[in-house]
Amino acid sequence: MRAYDRDDLLFQLFEVAQLEDQIAGTDLDREAVMGILDTADQIATDHFLPHGKLLDENDPEFVDGRAVIPDEAIAAVREQVEAGFIGSGFAPESGGMGLPETVHQAAAFIFSASNISLAGYGLLTVGAGRLIQSFGTEDQKKRYLEPMAEGRFFGTMCLSEPQAGSSLSDITTRAEPMEDGRYAISGRKMWISGGEQEISENIVHMVLAKIPGGPPGVKGISLFIVPKRNADGTPNDVTLAGLNHKMGYRGTTNCALNFGEKGACVGELLGEPHKGLSYMFQMMNEARIGVGMGATALGQAGYQASLAYARERPQGRSPAGKDPVSPQLPIIEHADIRRLLLAQKAAVEAALALSIYCTSLVDRERKGDEAAGPLLEILTPVTKSWPSEFCLEANKHAIQILGGAGYTRDYPVERYYRDNRLNHIHEGTHGIQGMDLLGRKVVMGGGAAFKGLMSTIRADIAAAADSEFAQPLSDALDRMEPVTLHLAGELMKDPTRGLANATLYLDCMGHVVMAWMWLRLTEAAKRVASRDGDTAFLRGKHQAARYFYARELVRTEGWAKTLSANDQTAFDMAADWF
Amino acid sequence: MKVLVPVKRVIDYNVKVRVKADGSGVDLANVKMSMNPFDEIAVEEAIRLKEAGKAEEVVAVSIGVKQAQETLRTALAMGADRAILVVAADDVHQDIEPLAVAKILKAVIDEEQPGLVLAGKQAIDNDMNATGQMLSALLGWSQATFASKLDIEGDHAVVTREVDGGLQTIKVTMPTIVTVDLRLNEPRYASLPNIMKAKKKPLDEKTAADYGVDVTPRLEVVKTEEPAAREAGIKVGSVDELVEKLKEAGAV
Ligand SMILES: Cc1cc2nc3c(=O)[nH]c(=O)nc-3n(C[C@H](O)[C@H](O)[C@H](O)COP(=O)(O)OP(=O)(O)OC[C@H]3O[C@@H](n4cnc5c(N)ncnc54)[C@H](O)[C@@H]3O)c2cc1C
Ligand SMILES: Cc1cc2nc3c(=O)[nH]c(=O)nc-3n(C[C@H](O)[C@H](O)[C@H](O)COP(=O)(O)OP(=O)(O)OC[C@H]3O[C@@H](n4cnc5c(N)ncnc54)[C@H](O)[C@@H]3O)c2cc1C
Repeated sequence: MRAYDRDDLLFQLFEVAQLEDQIAGTDLDREAVMGILDTADQIATDHFLPHGKLLDENDPEFVDGRAVIPDEAIAAVREQVEAGFIGSGFAPESGGMGLPETVHQAAAFIFSASNISLAGYGLLTVGAGRLIQSFGTEDQKKRYLEPMAEGRFFGTMCLSEPQAGSSLSDITTRAEPMEDGRYAISGRKMWISGGEQEISENIVHMVLAKIPGGPPGVKGISLFIVPKRNADGTPNDVTLAGLNHKMGYRGTTNCALNFGEKGACVGELLGEPHKGLSYMFQMMNEARIGVGMGATALGQAGYQASLAYARERPQGRSPAGKDPVSPQLPIIEHADIRRLLLAQKAAVEAALALSIYCTSLVDRERKGDEAAGPLLEILTPVTKSWPSEFCLEANKHAIQILGGAGYTRDYPVERYYRDNRLNHIHEGTHGIQGMDLLGRKVVMGGGAAFKGLMSTIRADIAAAADSEFAQPLSDALDRMEPVTLHLAGELMKDPTRGLANATLYLDCMGHVVMAWMWLRLTEAAKRVASRDGDTAFLRGKHQAARYFYARELVRTEGWAKTLSANDQTAFDMAADWF
Repeated sequence: MKVLVPVKRVIDYNVKVRVKADGSGVDLANVKMSMNPFDEIAVEEAIRLKEAGKAEEVVAVSIGVKQAQETLRTALAMGADRAILVVAADDVHQDIEPLAVAKILKAVIDEEQPGLVLAGKQAIDNDMNATGQMLSALLGWSQATFASKLDIEGDHAVVTREVDGGLQTIKVTMPTIVTVDLRLNEPRYASLPNIMKAKKKPLDEKTAADYGVDVTPRLEVVKTEEPAAREAGIKVGSVDELVEKLKEAGAV
């Protein structure tokens, strides 16, 4: 059985996102996209899905300064790389395939649903490589990016340090200029995913560090390319100090790295000095869409597992007819189980719709569509955070459906839950995303991106005037706009109190955006029904949308009240009152 | 030498098969279809022969509905050089029977003159296990079925066959028809760059009528049923307990 719903993925790509229009006039057509997704499906089914439990139970081991992971993990990632799934993320001039982001990420979704921790290596490499693609010299591209596109070198992102996670301005890793124009790197990095592994020939670390004498804070941070091995194969003084033992994502090594312990670690500056963080942020949108996509994939995997279980597990009888000698019903017949299933479906399918919507924005932006950029900016914290929060909630429901079995390691659902718990934390915590949305994205350019988002949603509502969801969604926007205006005002008065409810604002905005996604999903379902006839699959879309509007969107009414009052109960709780 | 590989579009091995309500067959509407897994092995073997310099060209042929074009693209993406689609049905539910397939293949082979036909030993949808054998009879060529090893040595092929009692090695004269078994090789995945290249490879489209073959079914499906649901299993704590249970069940 697959860990994702292939029919839903294809419906979302071809009917909701109308991918064929997006790729018209390129080398790609529907058949080629299907071929790509089929190869992803085969590799994921043969090599990713079977090893979830193995990797979870065999944490990477620290042996003589190496990070040892099971051979099966290495073989699986090699298959993925050799089929071209890392190269697909890079532009042709960098040795890649220049696949649209939508297609590249759809394949990533398949790998992530099948084994999120193995999917991590490729995603990191693409993220790191794109920094070089955007800001590197031709020579750097030749030496680092091309081998990454070929899958020979993998990449990492080295931002965090033990004392500097959310607050990157406080990093202390140093980069001393050397006579030959390169830099001597010294410092400690923490939490580095894929920081050490033996899948690839070499590892290209993208390291944030400060050049002494530069401005304080984030304006003094530069970005360096620091390979694990030099061109001649000798080590570049990057030491694995230890491995972190994590709650989930255990197939991805997570490392404490020491740079320059022996004073012999050499890095090359990427781009200009002191621009490191802004370079990182330019790549962050894509990485954050990827995090949301991963959280969605885990939500899907739990939904699929619990759905299959619910169809087969006989337990209990109908409240209306409790004849003790009648056979027990499969639990999918019980109202409460249908609620738990529908809650998952309503979350994961809308989350996938938003993930794909955002990858389409990346593609539109690459093609020079100017409206796409601001929309992507404002949606990025939502597409990263909403799935992290609410597809985790979905994983909770999946465990519940399995009852006692769900709480054991004989079934994958508790693992999905543990895996998914990371997604609130990395790539900017949930709290940091809330502040990014309210404190930056909503107010930037005089609220231009926010207004753009509202009018984009309103245009979809206008085009779906006969939809049962048009009015409630329009009402939700009517609530969101004054709340936003009010909070923007509070923010001007007092940034601390203005941002005190940023996380709630993020969740509230997320729910409105997901309601919009359900409008889009149901409109697509109608189009398909009138073209090919109605099916159970399409009816399920309308019912999930109804569930979302009836049970989730209504929650924004209460949240909007709390936000309008800019309730300060939590912040006013002094530290010594706890 | 040219190698011809027939490939069939079948229900994906990973799909949960559902019988149609009227019992007339399996529901194939909106179901994922893929290349028959045995045919993938045949394509892989043909490509390896080409890579080893023992074959010059690999031609994939599919007979069935128009959508079998996707299956041929997969063969091309794996490494076949060109493809021939013979459209013989409009309805995805119409299975073309082995004899009709063999007749069409014979006609294609008369035109193409391959030195070797590599076919799957059977299709996983109806498990007929007949096309290769029928084709051999129609052509008057030698045949080696259930191959788990294949060596081409000049004008003959040495084939190891998986038979009930173990392995049997035979030598057949070329041209020949080899039907392949599961252990012959592990087929490669169609890589992304090769999927793009495959779009540019030639794919000819023909119809059964072009070859004058009548594909009207000769067999009648009387009934199709789901297999009986599997009973819940039990967990045993030790090997001893397992042996005990097997004895109880009369299995050992
Ligand atoms: C499995 C895993 C993989 C990771 N991979 C990488 C990687 O590959 N590369 C890399 O560089 N990093 C990586 N990280 C690090 C990750 O990005 C950090 O954990 C994250 O940025 C949070 O930093 P921290 O852990 O130091 O927590 P802290 O920053 O100490 O945060 C603790 C809590 O305080 C809150 N908080 C912090 N500052 C503020 C503030 N100003 N206002 C309000 N709330 C605040 C946070 O929201 C959080 O809830 C990874 C982490 C994990 C767990
Ligand atoms: C760690 C652990 C410790 C335990 N310890 C003990 C113990 O010491 N002693 C003991 O006797 N048991 C124990 N249990 C068993 C526990 O009480 C059961 O797991 C629990 O009652 C649920 O039963 P189940 O696992 O068979 O799930 P099921 O009954 O199969 O339930 C699966 C799902 O279906 C739902 N469902 C079932 N029937 C209906 C219905 N009629 N209507 C609506 N929904 C329904 C459930 O709510 C659940 O969501 C333990 C379980 C665990 C995980």
